[in-house]
Amino acid sequence: MRTKKELVIIGGGPAGLAAAIAAWEDGIRDMVVLEREHNPGGILRQCIHNGFGLHRFGEELTGPEYAQRDIDKALELGIPIACDTTVLSLSEDRVVSCVSQKEGYQEIEAGAVILAMGCRERPRGALGTPGTRCAGVYTAGTAQKFVNLEGFMPGKRVVILGSGDIGLIMARRMTLQGAKVLACVELMPFSSGLNRNIVQCLQDYNIPLYLSHTVTRIDGRERLTGVAVSEVGPDRKPIPGTEQYFECDTLLLSVGLIPENELSRTAHVHLSPVTSGAEVDDSLQTSIPGIFACGNVLHVHDLVDYVSEESFKAGHAAAAFVRGNLKVGRTVKVRDGKGVRGTVPQSIRLDAEDGVRLMFRPDAVYKNATVRVLCGEREIAKRRQMIFTPGEMAVIDLKKEIVKGLDADLTVEVG
Amino acid sequence: MTEVLIIGGGVVGCSVARALSRYDARVCVLEAAYDVSEGCSKANSGIVHAGYDAVPGTLKAKYNVAGARMYPALCRELGVPYKQNGALVVAFSEADRGTLVKLLEQGNANGVEGLEIVEQDRLREMEPEIAPEAIAALHVPTSGIVSPYEMTYALADHAAINGVTFCLNTKVESIAYDGEKWHVLTSQGEKTCDVLVNCAGYMSGVFHEAMGGEPMEIIHRRGQYYILDHPDHMPFARTMFQCPTKMGKGILVAPTVHDNVLLGPTAEDIDDPLDTQTTADGLESVLSAARLTWPKLSVRTAVTNFSGVRAHAAGGDFVVGPVAGNRHAYEAAGMESPGLSAAPAVGEALSEMIAEGEGLQRKAEWKPFPSRPKPFNEMNAEERTAAVQTYPLHGNIICRCEVVTEQEIRDAIRRPVGATTVDGVKRRTRAGMGRCQGGFCSPRVTEILAEELGVDMTCIRKGAPGSELLCGTIQESMKGVAEDAD
Repeated sequence: MRTKKELVIIGGGPAGLAAAIAAWEDGIRDMVVLEREHNPGGILRQCIHNGFGLHRFGEELTGPEYAQRDIDKALELGIPIACDTTVLSLSEDRVVSCVSQKEGYQEIEAGAVILAMGCRERPRGALGTPGTRCAGVYTAGTAQKFVNLEGFMPGKRVVILGSGDIGLIMARRMTLQGAKVLACVELMPFSSGLNRNIVQCLQDYNIPLYLSHTVTRIDGRERLTGVAVSEVGPDRKPIPGTEQYFECDTLLLSVGLIPENELSRTAHVHLSPVTSGAEVDDSLQTSIPGIFACGNVLHVHDLVDYVSEESFKAGHAAAAFVRGNLKVGRTVKVRDGKGVRGTVPQSIRLDAEDGVRLMFRPDAVYKNATVRVLCGEREIAKRRQMIFTPGEMAVIDLKKEIVKGLDADLTVEVG
Repeated sequence: MTEVLIIGGGVVGCSVARALSRYDARVCVLEAAYDVSEGCSKANSGIVHAGYDAVPGTLKAKYNVAGARMYPALCRELGVPYKQNGALVVAFSEADRGTLVKLLEQGNANGVEGLEIVEQDRLREMEPEIAPEAIAALHVPTSGIVSPYEMTYALADHAAINGVTFCLNTKVESIAYDGEKWHVLTSQGEKTCDVLVNCAGYMSGVFHEAMGGEPMEIIHRRGQYYILDHPDHMPFARTMFQCPTKMGKGILVAPTVHDNVLLGPTAEDIDDPLDTQTTADGLESVLSAARLTWPKLSVRTAVTNFSGVRAHAAGGDFVVGPVAGNRHAYEAAGMESPGLSAAPAVGEALSEMIAEGEGLQRKAEWKPFPSRPKPFNEMNAEERTAAVQTYPLHGNIICRCEVVTEQEIRDAIRRPVGATTVDGVKRRTRAGMGRCQGGFCSPRVTEILAEELGVDMTCIRKGAPGSELLCGTIQESMKGVAEDAD
């Protein structure tokens, strides 16, 4: 069956919901949010810990509570959310093909599309860790789903590889649930998680964090029986003679998140090799006209509050595109300079009507450092910060007046 | 009725079982593992070799060439993914070129069709990603690729449809012949039969001896591999071999039938055939050797690494036929590479020997393999529309990376020799084979398995007994905490 919609939003997590609400507020009614799970809310549904919403709502909510606010709002507005619906492909001319048990196979010609598919976890295979392929090795998010949504424990003696936020959260969660978490092992000399999670999830429970260490072997024929851990040198290769051994039945991996851009690829959306997400301008439009991206599918965020903020913007821009009001004139490029990785957006329209927030990650830890934005050779913005770490996304805002005066490509640098 | 026990449910055992199911006999396959295809058949290169590599006059040469010729039609019949993608054996030096000439002559003697040596320019035209150091190659147009475990599952299903029974988790402990019957003591009790068939892979040497044969040494040779995610552009259309050595066919770079890229294998002789771990050195040597063929190789898109163990007969050749003196004992032993390529031909040949030797009659009716729908992932829009209309559970996509539907997963569990584990579902449907490696779908697959098998979630295993995925409910785990606190 082939139908038409003014706007199709792929993904009903926090990004998709916020984008939908914004577009609805701008008068778009002929729209649908496509969600593959049985309920909207995305990964927040399994994040039952608190700490969400401090920036947006000024209070600490759990993941499900945060999601519920947007779900309630969407339902109150009457936004159609099609759950249990998986998008199979997206074409360059914005035909979305999807399937569900209820509606069967459908193709929707969309006036505009918002990509809000979120991200996935890097699995063991991507690390190339040698050893056996026994049971007991899970990504932290899979374990979180088993524990928080299904009510099952994946194991009792746990080592965590990687110090991403989900891994840290699961260190605490497994401990509270009666498991023994022996160690959190991080390849880099710094954690990739939020500092507050290091304190509240590891230190408060006396779980040691081994920086510059990695798992070098996975043992166990049927079920995991232990892992070998070694210190790594500056080249991130194991240092001989530093091996220690942990007997455990579970290894949780929290070794990075990857934006889920398989659909973007089918539409030939240009992707950034640094963020693994689409390259967008300040309206969050991708290289393909009428296709927008926001949230973790665009670049991996630490805080859902920023996901929502970004996604409202994408919703408004997509609504303007549908109405034929989105200005796309000349643009200037935004480049990563010294110490900076993955600045989003990658370009700014010269006729942008608002200020622009640039988001990026530093490539290492910088203390008492300054972030600078250069327009050609000219410094147009700077901000000092006590500490920049790769685990926390950094931002710098360009005011409306500054954006109006852009006349050359921008470079963002930290030092 | 004549009772036949086949030891081993690999691709050879299942080929023999399927071929024997044409005859009036009661056939049962004994498999030590929890599923068929769990030994050598599960983890190998998945290549249907054309047959240039075997010494003329050997059983390897005979059955390889015959088996390879059967593959296209057999795979069509059984709905198994197979592609005749051709192969190139690449020479990097003048010494290698000498090897190519020898392989060409060998291939011609074995009756392999279409072999030719191509020079550098032509080679680069055929495969632009090939390393500049490559000077020539043997072009083997009839080489193919297949999914080895899907082949084994289909053979097992077809055998089961025609009355063959499969005893899984049934390890043979000892065998004895009382002059009339074989007594086979297994981990599930004693079984008796008139005819015993040894297709036991890496254990085939042990059973060969136990059945009265001369001592036969089987060397366990481990091979480690990398699998890369579906690339935007497949680097090589053909299977790219390097020149063979005495340890094997060298490291290959090849597309798989499911459009992944396969790199490997190493060749390491090990003591324990179950030691299928990968090692840092082994994986590194796969990469460095593969880069000789493919300098642009990047492991960034690796989805997994694994190893398999092949059963190398010290004698060097397959051993196919009656065992010494024929006390109703038959075997297909030492079935290392090209064992997968040879398996269909060995199945036919051995079943004919058994039928003749034991006086078995053809059945009046032999059921054909039921046609299977093509994977949802490969359907076009109309086919998908029709599939969901007929079976609404095709509307639930469980594995998003490989696009596998709930209907396909339930069908895999309900097959005649069906999946009972998450790995069994994975290999039958590809759910969990993709870039997230089951991160998103494994909880749902676990749930569906529990529903279909009528057991608790905590009983569902990754693979072998002892590989349960969950250790209990969160309520149970809290009981322990409360007790500790007391």
